[in-house]
Amino acid sequence: MRVTCPCCGERDYGEFSIYGDASRQRPHIDDTDFEAWYDYVYIRPNPKGRHQEFWHHIQGCRQWLVVDRDTVTHEVYGVALARDVVTLPDAPAATPEEAK
Amino acid sequence: MAQSCRIPQGGRVRHDAPATFTFDGKSYQGLQGDTLASALLANGVHLVSRSFKYHRPRGIYAAGAEEPNALVGLREGARAEPNALATTVELYDGLIAKSQNNWPSLQFDVSEVNSLFQRFLSAGFYYKTFIGPFEKSWMWYEHIIRRAAGMGEASTEPDPDHYEKVYKFCDVLVVGSGPAGLAAALAAGRAGARVLLAEQEAELGGSLLSAPKGSASDAWLTAALGELEKLQNVEIMPRTFVWGAYDHGNYTLLEKVADHKPQPDEHEVRQRSIVLQTGRVVVAAGALERPIPFGNNDRPGIMLAGAARTYVNRYGVLPGKRAVVFTNNDSAYEAALDLKAAGVDVTIVDARAKAPEQLAAACASALIEVMSGHAVVGANGRMRVTSADVARFDTASGSSGDVVRQIPCDLICVSGGWNPVVHLSSQRGRRPEFDSRLASFVPGDPPDNQHHAGAMVGAFSDAAAATSGFEAGADAAQQAGANKSSSTLATDGLGDADWELPLVPVWDVKPGEQVKKRKRFVDFQHDVGVSDVELAHTEGYVSVEHLKRYTTLGMAADQGKTSNITGLALMAELTGKTIPETGTTTFRPPYNSVSFGAISGQQTGQHFRPLRRTPVHDWNLKNGAEMINVGAWQRAWYYPKAGEDVNAAYIRETEEVRETCGMVDVTTLGKIEVQGPDAAEFLNRVYVNGWKLLKPGRARYGVMLRDDGLVFDDGTTSRLSDTHYFMTTTTAEAGPVMAHLEWLLQCCWTDLKVHVTSITDQYSGLAVAGPNSRALLQEVFADIDFSSEEFPFMGVRETEYQGMPVRVFRISFSGELAYEVATPSGFGEAIWQAIYDAGPNHGLGLYGTEALGALRVEKGHFAGAEIDGRTSVEDLGLGRMPSTKKQFVGSVMRQREGVQDENRPRYVGLEPVNPQESLRGGALVHTHNGPHSGHGLGHVSSTTYSPALGRFIGLGFVEGGLERYEGQLVDVCYPLKGWVVTCKVVSSHFYDPAGEKQNG
Amino acid sequence: MTHYSWFSVFAKALGGNKGWDRAWRDPEPKAAYDVIIVGGGGHGLATAYYLAKEHGITNVAVLEKGWLGGGNTGRNTTIIRSNYMIDGNTHFYEKSLKLWEGLSKDLNYNAMVSHRKIYNLFHSPSQMEGFAKRYNIMRSCGIDGEILNREEVMKVLPYLDYSPNARFPVYGAASQPRAGTARHDAVAWGYARGADMRGVDLIQNCEVTGYQRDASGAVVGVQTTRGDIKAKKVGIAVAGHTSQLAEMAGLNLPIESHLLQAFVSEPYKPLIDTVITFGAGHFYISQSDKGGLVFGGDLDGYNSFAQRGNFHLIDHLLPEGKAMVPCLSRLRFQRTWGGIMDMTMDGSPIICKSPVDGLYINGGWCYGGFKATPGSGWCFAHTIANDRPHEFNSKLTLDRFRRGYALDEKGAGPMPGWH
Repeated sequence: MRVTCPCCGERDYGEFSIYGDASRQRPHIDDTDFEAWYDYVYIRPNPKGRHQEFWHHIQGCRQWLVVDRDTVTHEVYGVALARDVVTLPDAPAATPEEAK
Repeated sequence: MAQSCRIPQGGRVRHDAPATFTFDGKSYQGLQGDTLASALLANGVHLVSRSFKYHRPRGIYAAGAEEPNALVGLREGARAEPNALATTVELYDGLIAKSQNNWPSLQFDVSEVNSLFQRFLSAGFYYKTFIGPFEKSWMWYEHIIRRAAGMGEASTEPDPDHYEKVYKFCDVLVVGSGPAGLAAALAAGRAGARVLLAEQEAELGGSLLSAPKGSASDAWLTAALGELEKLQNVEIMPRTFVWGAYDHGNYTLLEKVADHKPQPDEHEVRQRSIVLQTGRVVVAAGALERPIPFGNNDRPGIMLAGAARTYVNRYGVLPGKRAVVFTNNDSAYEAALDLKAAGVDVTIVDARAKAPEQLAAACASALIEVMSGHAVVGANGRMRVTSADVARFDTASGSSGDVVRQIPCDLICVSGGWNPVVHLSSQRGRRPEFDSRLASFVPGDPPDNQHHAGAMVGAFSDAAAATSGFEAGADAAQQAGANKSSSTLATDGLGDADWELPLVPVWDVKPGEQVKKRKRFVDFQHDVGVSDVELAHTEGYVSVEHLKRYTTLGMAADQGKTSNITGLALMAELTGKTIPETGTTTFRPPYNSVSFGAISGQQTGQHFRPLRRTPVHDWNLKNGAEMINVGAWQRAWYYPKAGEDVNAAYIRETEEVRETCGMVDVTTLGKIEVQGPDAAEFLNRVYVNGWKLLKPGRARYGVMLRDDGLVFDDGTTSRLSDTHYFMTTTTAEAGPVMAHLEWLLQCCWTDLKVHVTSITDQYSGLAVAGPNSRALLQEVFADIDFSSEEFPFMGVRETEYQGMPVRVFRISFSGELAYEVATPSGFGEAIWQAIYDAGPNHGLGLYGTEALGALRVEKGHFAGAEIDGRTSVEDLGLGRMPSTKKQFVGSVMRQREGVQDENRPRYVGLEPVNPQESLRGGALVHTHNGPHSGHGLGHVSSTTYSPALGRFIGLGFVEGGLERYEGQLVDVCYPLKGWVVTCKVVSSHFYDPAGEKQNG
Repeated sequence: MTHYSWFSVFAKALGGNKGWDRAWRDPEPKAAYDVIIVGGGGHGLATAYYLAKEHGITNVAVLEKGWLGGGNTGRNTTIIRSNYMIDGNTHFYEKSLKLWEGLSKDLNYNAMVSHRKIYNLFHSPSQMEGFAKRYNIMRSCGIDGEILNREEVMKVLPYLDYSPNARFPVYGAASQPRAGTARHDAVAWGYARGADMRGVDLIQNCEVTGYQRDASGAVVGVQTTRGDIKAKKVGIAVAGHTSQLAEMAGLNLPIESHLLQAFVSEPYKPLIDTVITFGAGHFYISQSDKGGLVFGGDLDGYNSFAQRGNFHLIDHLLPEGKAMVPCLSRLRFQRTWGGIMDMTMDGSPIICKSPVDGLYINGGWCYGGFKATPGSGWCFAHTIANDRPHEFNSKLTLDRFRRGYALDEKGAGPMPGWH
C-alpha cells in the first residue's frame, strides 16, 4: 500500500504504524462518563468498506495522519494531517460543586 | 559423449560452447543456451523424476515454468537446491543434478509399487484410514507417510551465497518479452516513460524463440531488441520474474543473478529481490498450453506440443523420432510441421471432426497423416512411451470408441488449448472470466493499474500479440503521465494466422467399453487423475475449493499451472453446471516459488536486525564487558575480572556500588524533551500524579496509564525551565511512549501547545551510584555544588564540562546516593571517560545490567517484568499515587471493578524461609502446604541473590498483596523443575526501606 | 453412511470407488430449526456436531455463505497447542487439546492430529523467565510443558543458528510435547460429516442477511439469500465477520478485523518435524505431512477484509525464518494467502450469550482460532443448549471489557492489532 503523507509525499505503508479507527470521538479529559469512555476505548464500528483510521508516519515525519481507506479494496480516498481534521470534544458540564 | 538427439547446428543454442554436466552421477554433454531439460533430451534422457504419490516414472512435459514433472535436485552440499525445474535451469559447465523422490534409483524405484494399489490410494484415502486403533495412532503412521511424501531433500547447512534486496521505481512495468511485451516496451519507451521490462528467461523473445531459426520473425525480434537497447529510459531485466502484484502499484520481482553459474562470482549475489513501485503495468505473460487427460498420459515421452516445438526450434533437440501429435486446436499443427521438418515422423490425431483446410493441405504436402475425429485414448510403454492407442472420438459427447490403431511412437505431443496466464490479475483480486470462444479463463477487465496484452487476452498470432502489446504500452505510458506517442509498430515478419475458434474443448478422453482402463492424469505432480475428480464428486466435495483440497489438485509446486482449469472443467461436467457457475480458485503470490534467501537479502546473520549501540559501546568492548541483547540494543551485562563468571562479577559490582561507587551505562532509557507553555498541563494529563507544582530544577517520578487504566510505563521527568521538561521512559517502552505522546498531542489534544522530541539516540546517559558518588562527581563537575542542601534528592542541575553540556539528576534506581548524567551522544564517551578517570580515588567500579537488576530488586523497584501490561497502579503498590484532583489518561477506566478487584495479585517481596534456598523468576506462588495446582496466588516476577542481605530475594505478585499475606508463608513452586521453596511474604523494600541512603 | 476404515477403502476400491456415500447431504433449508448456527467453518460445524452429540439437539442447521471450511478454517497454519497462562484461557485451550487427541476416532475421519511438539525459543534470561511463568502455570494446571536450555535445544533442533553469526543467539526453549498440527480441511469435513450423520442440515451458499426479531426484540430466526428460516436460538460463528453479523442485531463489538498472511513452501523431504516459534520476532514454522513448510507471523497491521496481504510483511517475516533456520535460505515458498482475523481488545476470544435474547456469539478468535476449534464448538454447544456457559468458557464473555477483566496474554492493552 502507498499513502501520500501531506509532509513527505507518497510512501510505503511499511513506514507507518497504524493505530486503527479514527472515527470515534475521544471524550474530553475531564469527562468522567463511564459509558463514553467504554465505547471509546473498546467498541469499534469495524466497517467493511470505507474506514477512517489513524496512521503514524513513524519512520518519516512522525506526523499522525487520518487516512480514509477501504478495508476491502485497500483503496485510499484521502489523507490529512490529524491535527487539521480531529475535532475537540466539548468539556463536560460542570458538576454542581464545581459550579459553586 | 555424443548428443544422440541433437540436431546438427540446430536451434538457437551455442554449438561452439559445449557444457558438461551430470545427472544421477552420469556425465553428459550439452550446449550453452540449453536448459537442463533440453540438454537431457539432447542425450535422449526422458525419464527424469518420479511422481509424488505413486512414484510413476515421469519425463519432461513442458519447456518452461509450468513444468509439472521435471523437478530435480541441483548442486550439492550447502548449495544443494531441491525441486529445481529442469526446464528453467540454465545449463552451465559442471552442473550437477540428481533425480528426487526415488529409492534405490530413478530407474528402479521400489515405491512404484504404490501405483499397483492406486485405486486403494485414491483421493482422500488417508482421511478414511489410519484412524485407529488408538487415539494417537496417526503419530505412528505419520512417521512413515512423511518420509514417503515430500519431494526434494534440503541441505541442512547454512547457505554460503549472498543475496540482496533493492527498491526500484518506474512508470511502466512490462511483464514478459514475447511479441506483446516487446511491443509494449517499445511503445512506452518511445513515449518517454521509464520502462522496466522483465523477462523470466535469459533470452528475450518469448514465443518468438520457439519459431524455427531464420524465421521472418527473427528480423523483427532483432530490430525490436536493437531499438529497446538504445532507449535510455528502458531497463531490460532478463532472468527476472514478476511474482507478486500488491496494492497500489507495488510489484515484487526476483532476479536470478547467478543461478546460471556454478556459484556466484566474488562479491556477486546469487539472487536479488526487487520491490518495484510502478505507475502502470503491462502484463504480457502469455498463455500456457494445457494437457488432455487420456490413459497413461503421464508417461515419459509425452509432452506439450508447444514444448516439443520449442525443443526442436530453440534448442535444436529432437524429443523423439516418431511422434503422435494429439490436439483439438490449430496451434499444434505448427509443432507437427516443425517436427516433421526436423526429420521426425509425425501423425496428427485431431479430436475435431475436421481439421481446417489450410492446415490439412499443409500437412498433406509435408506428408503428415491427419486423423481427424480421433483421440489418443491411451499410451503404452512404461519408462518411455512406445505407442499410442487411437480411437474414434466425438467432441460433443467426449466419448471414444474402440482402438482403431496402435501407432508406434516415442513421443506424444499434446495440445488441449491454451490457458492465459491470469495470475497477476487474479492476485489483484480480479476473478478470471470464462471465455467460451477460447474455452479458457481470461483475466477480464484489467484490475487497478494493469493493462493486458498478447496471448493472455486471446491475441494468439504474433502480429496480433504485438499490436495489442503496442496499444497497451502506449496507453500505459500515457496514463503514467508520458506523452501519447504517435509512432506506429511495424509487424513485418510476424505471423498473423488466426486459429480456428471457438475452440472445442476436450477435457477428458473417456476410454470406450473395450479399451483398457488406465489412469488419466490431470495434475501430474500430485498424481491426481480424472477418477479422483469423480470420487470427489461422488462424495460431495463439489465446490472447486473442496475439489482442490480433497484431491490436492493444483496444490503442488507448480500450483496447478497446467491442471487447474481441466480439473474444474471436469467437475463442471460432473455437476452439470457450466464452468463459470463452477468458478475457479484464486491465484496467489508467488507466480513462481521464491527463496527465503532472496527475500531476506542482506538481512541475515548479524545483519538480521539493526544493532543499537550506546556511545560507550566500543569503550565497553575494549574494557572487557560481556554484552547482552536488550531489544535491539546491546548493553554491558557485566565487567568480569580475571576468572569471574557472571555471578561472581555482578556480586562484586553490586558490593562496589553499596560500599564505594559504581558507574553504569543507562543510555537505553527513553528520553523525551517536552516543551511548550502547556507542558505542565500535558504531563498532568499523561501521568497519574500531579505535575503543576513541580519547580524548575526538580525531578519527579511518574506513572502513566493506558486508556484502559492499566500501567503503561514509568520514569522520572525533570523540569528544566518553566516550559521545558525532560522525560525518561523505560528502555522497552521508549518507542511506544513517544508514539503515544505524539498521538495525544496530534490527535486528541490539539489545543495544547506542547512539542515532544525523542532524544533517546541523541543523548547518552550514565548513572553513578554509591556513597562515594557525590565526591566523585563533585571532582568532575566542579561548577555544581553537590552538597545535599544545594542539590537534594530529586534535584536537577545543568552545567558544562569542558564545553560539553551536561545534565545531572539526583535520582536513584539502586537505593544508594546516586546521580544520572546525560549529555549529547557525541560527548557520551568523553564524559564517561572523564568520570572513569576520576574514579580510582573514589573506588569507582563499573557495573552492568545484571548488577543493575540486583540493586533494583534489593530496593524493590519494579521494571519490565512487573509492568507487563497487565498491572494496575494498585497492583504495584502505588494506590495512593493517582491524583484525585484531576483526570488523566485511564482515570475513568481504572475504576472498573475488575481493575480494582482486591483479589488481584499485588506487589510483594518474597524471601525463602531457608536462607540457603534460591528463587527463580517465572515461579508460581501457591498456598503454603496447600494444593500446588491451578493458577495459584500469583507469581514471582524478578529474583536475585542479594549480596547486601546474603540471600536470595524475589519480587512478585500475590492475591491481595501485603495486606492479606504480609509475614505469612507461601510456597513458591517451579513445577517445570519440581522446585518448591517456602517463602515469607515481605515488603518489597528489602534494602534501606527508609531511603536514608538515597536521600542522604 | 459408510464407516471409514481400511476395509471400506478396499471394498469400495474393488467396486471402482463408485459406491461411496456423500460425505454430507446437500439439503434444502427447512422452515424452522431449534438452533441455527451461522457459519460453516470449523467452529460452526463443531458446534453443530456437539449440539447433536452431547446435547441431543439435532434439529439444527448450519448456514454457510460460501463453502464449508472456506474461511479461516482453510487458511491457517494448522497448529494446535494449549500453552496459555491467563486464567480463563488455560483450561479452555486444554479442553480443546484434549478433544483434539481423540478427534479422529470420535469423528471416524482422520484429521491427522499430530502431537509433534511445539518449541517456543527464547533468546535471553528475561525472556526465559516469561516463558517459565507461562509453562509453570500450565504444569500447575496439569498441562504438559518442559523447559530446555541451549544445549538441550541443540540436540533436538540441530538446524537452528548456533553460530557466532546469530544476531539473537538461542538461549533455550519452552516446549509443549502434546502440541502439534492437524489437517485443517479434514477437521471441517470430519465435523461436517459427523454433524450431518446426526441429522444436522449443512446448507452451503446460504448467506444470512438479517435476523427475524419478535416483539421483545429477541432473535427468532434469520433472513437469508435462500429465504427466511425460523429458529429458537441463533449462534454466530463467523470469525472475521463477527462485527457484521452482530451489527445486524444492533450490537457493536470490541472487535476489529485484521489481515493475517500465511505461507507454504514447496514440498521437501522431512526437515522440521516439530513446530518452532522464534523468540526474537514473530515467526513460526512446521512442516506438513505432504512436505510443505507452513509458516507465518504477525498481522499486516491494518484493518482489512481483503484476504490479500501486502509485501512489507513478507519482507519483514522471511528474514526471521532464515535467522532462525539458516538452511531455509535456498528453500522456496510457493503460495501465500490471507485470512480475516477477528481481533479483540485483549487478544482472547468471546463465547457467550449476547445481550440480545436468542442470539449467541462465538468470535474474536484473533489468530488462535484453529487450535480452539473442538473446544470452541464444545463450549458453544454447551452455552447454547444450557443458556449458560460451561466453566471452560465462563470468562470468555463479552462483558469482561466493561467489567475490567481482560484476558490479556500479551499485555498489549486495548489495541486489537497489537495482540
